[in-house]
Amino acid sequence: MGDTAPRQRAIITVASKPVMPPYIKMRHDAGRNRWLILAPERLFDPDQIAVEILKLCDGQRTVADIVAVMAKEYNAPTEEIEADIVAMFQDLADKGVVKA
Amino acid sequence: MNETTPSDKHVKESTITMDAGEMRCDAAASSSPSPDPSCTVRAPIGLLAELTHRCPLQCPYCSNPLDLEKVNTELSTEEWQKVMRQAAQLGILQVHLSGGEPTARRDLEEIIKTAAEAGLYTNLITAAVLLKRDRLEKLKEAGLDHVQISIQDVDTAAENADRIGGYKGGSAKKKEVAGWVRELGMPLTINAPIHRHNVHNVEAIINYAVELGAGRVEIAHVQYYAWALKNRSSLMPTREAFMEAARIVERERERLKGIIVIDAVVPDYYAKFPKPCMGGWAKSIINITPSGRVLPCHAAESITHLQFDNVKDRTLADIWLNGSAFNMYRGTSWMKEPCRTCPRREIDFGGCRCQAFALTGDAANTDPACSLSPMHEEWAKVADVESHQPSPAFVYRRPGGATTKRSVEEKLEPSDA
Repeated sequence: MGDTAPRQRAIITVASKPVMPPYIKMRHDAGRNRWLILAPERLFDPDQIAVEILKLCDGQRTVADIVAVMAKEYNAPTEEIEADIVAMFQDLADKGVVKA
Repeated sequence: MNETTPSDKHVKESTITMDAGEMRCDAAASSSPSPDPSCTVRAPIGLLAELTHRCPLQCPYCSNPLDLEKVNTELSTEEWQKVMRQAAQLGILQVHLSGGEPTARRDLEEIIKTAAEAGLYTNLITAAVLLKRDRLEKLKEAGLDHVQISIQDVDTAAENADRIGGYKGGSAKKKEVAGWVRELGMPLTINAPIHRHNVHNVEAIINYAVELGAGRVEIAHVQYYAWALKNRSSLMPTREAFMEAARIVERERERLKGIIVIDAVVPDYYAKFPKPCMGGWAKSIINITPSGRVLPCHAAESITHLQFDNVKDRTLADIWLNGSAFNMYRGTSWMKEPCRTCPRREIDFGGCRCQAFALTGDAANTDPACSLSPMHEEWAKVADVESHQPSPAFVYRRPGGATTKRSVEEKLEPSDA
């Protein structure tokens, strides 16, 4: 019992492979014209950058891979966005929105 | 991009629960500017579906009304399915399948299936003692997203837990079901209503929730309405016990960061400001009783002059927008002083309408939980006095139970009216 429960806090690094578990549901809400993340008795309000990042989370890509994609897409220096993205994943991991 | 950047800057969080003290709904408002919240009606985000008032447990703090609805008045399967479709169309995001004990409905699978197909996120709020493993599997197959199990105390205090719930063997059964939830890969929340008979065990309860594999635990201090108000003198913890529990929650929240999320609901008798009840009357939540009555909150029927519509007669959207009970205390224009000009009027909405009505006779008055209420001091004193007296026997929650024992509580008079 409880095998899947996190016993230790997941610390996000560039090598982490974050993924949203199946019971976390990100979807576009047509009526409100915005993206939402539905979680157990929780609602998360991702901005456009978070939506793009979370769409890249497949449990295969590492945080470094995701940073690289975003750096290219936004033509931004890797080191500048890496801390931002790691911090975002750490926050989401602490809240149970992503597993890593 | 720098060290002062908040870690949640890209993903804001809000809570969709029915615990009145905890309710926040800021995220729902964040994307649309609402110049005058008092006249803006936006779509609700949560539906509390009380599928039945039947329950094998008899918890003395139950939030159901004292006058429990009977099985022969319950909505049919088709009627609940229609409600789920209408709820999704209205913009509701999450449904909380509650009761009573929702698994007492044999058609729960069908209701969940319809809700899930309509796009609703489905939360089962259960006492768990009726669940068998194959039933739980069927609920999951039907599309159930999340299970919340209530506990009365830790497993090593099973006797106390079973005494509080009035159900022998309940504690052990809940532990077994929690294990199945995790084995099936479903997210688990443990809800622990806290009062003077278990407040000393808050740390153990949090650790028990971790042991059970829960991703969340709700340390939910009892809110004193309905059965809990009837049992207030048995349930109210002392201020000292509450403060100690609050310190433990803060400490454990830090220690268990990333392992379990701890949500806390405080008893407003010991809070500084009134709670923003339901995140504002008719602002984000709809409650439907077993017979289909549509309420702005689960205690709203205690405000005796309100009239409630039924989903059998009108659509959910019509009731939400035009129902008299919903419009009565929506926004801020109904407010009297000191709420009307209070800078916090859109933060806490003057507190709880039901509590204002129960204790002052006028639901538009300031909730006595607010320090600006003329009744506040006397009201706060009640908790202090009752919590230091011996605990009377519980009035257990059962049909007719509220009228058979113990006299009604006395009404407060304003201290400086």
